[in-house]
Amino acid sequence: MGLLGDAFVYLCAAVIAVPIANRLGLGSVLGYLIAGVVIGPILGIVGKETADVQHFAEFGVVMMLFLVGLELRPAMLWKMRQQLIGLGGLQVVGTTAVFTGIGYLFGLSWQSAVALGMILALSSTAIVLQTLNEKGWMKTQGGQSSFSVLLTQDIAVIPMLAVLPLLAAGNGDGHGGGDGSDSHGDAAAHGGEALASLPSWAQALIILAVIAAIIIAGRHLLRPVFRFIAEARLREIFTATALLLVIGIALLMDFVGLSPALGTFLAGVVLSDSDYRHELEADIEPFKGLLLGLFFLTVGAGIDFGLLFGAPLTIFGLAVGLLSVKFALLFALGTIFKLKGADRWLFALGLAQAGEFAFVLFGFAAGSGVLETGLLQTMTLVVAISMVLTPALFIFYEKVVAPRAVATSDREPDKIDSRGRVVVAGMGRFGQIVSRMLLTSGYDVVILDHDPQTIDNLSRIGIRTFYGDATRPDLLHGAGLEDADLFIAAVDDRDKQTLMVEHVAKTYPNVKILARARDRHHVYELENAGAHYAEREVFEGALALGRRAFTELGRHPFRSRTKAQEFRHHDLAMLDDLRANYNDGGVDTSYIDAMRAHSDTLFEIMRVDRGDERHERTERGWNPPPKGDATL
Amino acid sequence: MLVLFAHPRPDRSEVNLPLFETAQNVQGVTAVDLYARYPDFSIDVDSEQAQLIAHDVIVFQHPLYWYSAPSIMKEWQDLVLEHGFAYGLHGKALHGKTFMNAITAGALSEAYSTEGMNHADLRSLLAPFEKTADLCGMRYLAPFVMYGAGRALEDSRLDIHRNGYDDLLKALVADRLDLDKATHASVLTDVLDDFILKGEAV
Repeated sequence: MGLLGDAFVYLCAAVIAVPIANRLGLGSVLGYLIAGVVIGPILGIVGKETADVQHFAEFGVVMMLFLVGLELRPAMLWKMRQQLIGLGGLQVVGTTAVFTGIGYLFGLSWQSAVALGMILALSSTAIVLQTLNEKGWMKTQGGQSSFSVLLTQDIAVIPMLAVLPLLAAGNGDGHGGGDGSDSHGDAAAHGGEALASLPSWAQALIILAVIAAIIIAGRHLLRPVFRFIAEARLREIFTATALLLVIGIALLMDFVGLSPALGTFLAGVVLSDSDYRHELEADIEPFKGLLLGLFFLTVGAGIDFGLLFGAPLTIFGLAVGLLSVKFALLFALGTIFKLKGADRWLFALGLAQAGEFAFVLFGFAAGSGVLETGLLQTMTLVVAISMVLTPALFIFYEKVVAPRAVATSDREPDKIDSRGRVVVAGMGRFGQIVSRMLLTSGYDVVILDHDPQTIDNLSRIGIRTFYGDATRPDLLHGAGLEDADLFIAAVDDRDKQTLMVEHVAKTYPNVKILARARDRHHVYELENAGAHYAEREVFEGALALGRRAFTELGRHPFRSRTKAQEFRHHDLAMLDDLRANYNDGGVDTSYIDAMRAHSDTLFEIMRVDRGDERHERTERGWNPPPKGDATL
Repeated sequence: MLVLFAHPRPDRSEVNLPLFETAQNVQGVTAVDLYARYPDFSIDVDSEQAQLIAHDVIVFQHPLYWYSAPSIMKEWQDLVLEHGFAYGLHGKALHGKTFMNAITAGALSEAYSTEGMNHADLRSLLAPFEKTADLCGMRYLAPFVMYGAGRALEDSRLDIHRNGYDDLLKALVADRLDLDKATHASVLTDVLDDFILKGEAV
């Protein structure tokens, strides 16, 4: 089969299996694994080339770490430091230690045992985060603690990638590092041929310089570059730039012998504070998703069914043992960190499986020879099975644990620290005023706009704006709309605005939508699209100017105000009255008739100024009683 | 019955807002927050007049500002109590209804006497409201008042007063308030029980 044939098979398997798995509540990772199993061991369509494909697909992991880095704003990390270091750190170190001990007892060399321990300490970020979000458990104490631990694990992958080759070097059957003392540093140990001829102090210096360069360039160089690219308004070039950045850093890191994942992770963290974060995320996400999917497909395709059916009891025993040990450790940790009731169960059950990073690290460990092939095959199966069992654990939590916890009611109220936020889409003339009103009153506002010039101007006066097309669903998601209370739609393009409101109303039913409308018909369109309130963009401003015009024409200022109010009142009544007409048949004859009637009334109201007979009917400001009748 | 409530800063209100909440919970009472309904002071005269017609007892609930009510109540009076509706040859829409002020005052009751700081009792200071009621053909009841409202919380007087307000509103709804007696009293607060008619439930 040629390249296209392979691509067809892989994509076909993914397109069929992943949506089904998702619908069954298994999550996409399991979907890919199952699809891989089907095209590999079961149907035998793919086979030999999976190793090559896997090598290529590992780049998805590099991208994933870039995205993880993008999510990790230094300020946020600092705020979470206690949870990360305490809870997360203890989980990683403790679980590693326990599994190392178990591995050692089973007769592994200490190096292999440590490698296996580290790998099994990780849980599945993809499955757990997705489940927590889907079930709405993210804001619970248990969910928050799980998130902290997963975050620590994601970060812990970086040092693990660095340590694995060292273990291999010490294991004796590794492939390098025999050229001198072990104190040469990481670079010498795993690759970095380009620097191999240099003395170790020079290698260290160059590595430090490269890292410093990434940080400095990320802070000062990339922002103007992204702005320049964004101003060109070529979406695909912005995407290309994002890809170029990730690939470039990966190459650079490879060249100096560091892990590409570490480099892109670092770049992600540096860029997490930039205005282009959401857009970068939205651009890289699909590539990462597909490559990671491909990676899981190859893992599935590589599963050795002979092994599973040869010793099913051993394999399942190991998987259940793995789950039990991790559960026990997590439960104990949860107790130490004062998680109570259902939260502790959610935390311990949810993170008990091994994760997708295990496959990555297994691949890496295989390459460096720290784990022998037979063990790798077995453990890949064990990890996959522990992941397959995870949805069952969540169901157990949902159906058995949670109801009881509610009955005994020792569950803490959900955390609401990140709620109450506002997302504003569009920072044109309109959005700016609304945003400033909210920001200066101390509300937490996420602002989206797609004009680099605007973003730049705003950042100069200290208003943070994220670059991106707010009408793209993924960007709205990236802006955290699912946690917001209020969405303010103020995008210039009339149709885009309506589509965006429709999407938000459908996808985030709990978010109140306030929308800026072009005119009266747009008000109706937006209301039909799901906006809770729409305001015509020029209405209030025009009223203010009209009122001023009255005054300039010689009317008393207070009288001008009353007349403007009168007009406003009538116009809003007309907006209400014409709604049904418009929704029935658009601008048809009945609509025109109703409008004409309103117009006549308005003439009557606005023209009247002094006390003839009619004024009592039409004008409701203060009026003097008729002469001679003031007090009966 | 209708309670029209006016407080420009309900978020800073220690007494009036709880009292308003009491009124909202009494069956048969329509309780309206005027500042919430008309934050721009654009009072809808037609709907306010229709609402007046639909109720027999009208209560102004407000803090005493400059011996009168907060500004929106004056605006409301100026616009809603129109000639030809509330007064004048054909203005008989409010005839026979009952009107009352439920107010809070900053000073202690001693200040509201001919010897006190204000050189007049509270009821005579509220004369503009009483005269307005008279002109509209409404019966004016003595005011229901809390003195020294600024320290009511600290002195734990709020709950007593809330209960009194609750009793008063319920008696008015059930038509069990001795209206004649209430018309001639100086204030209703301290001796509220004297005004509520006993007897079988209605």
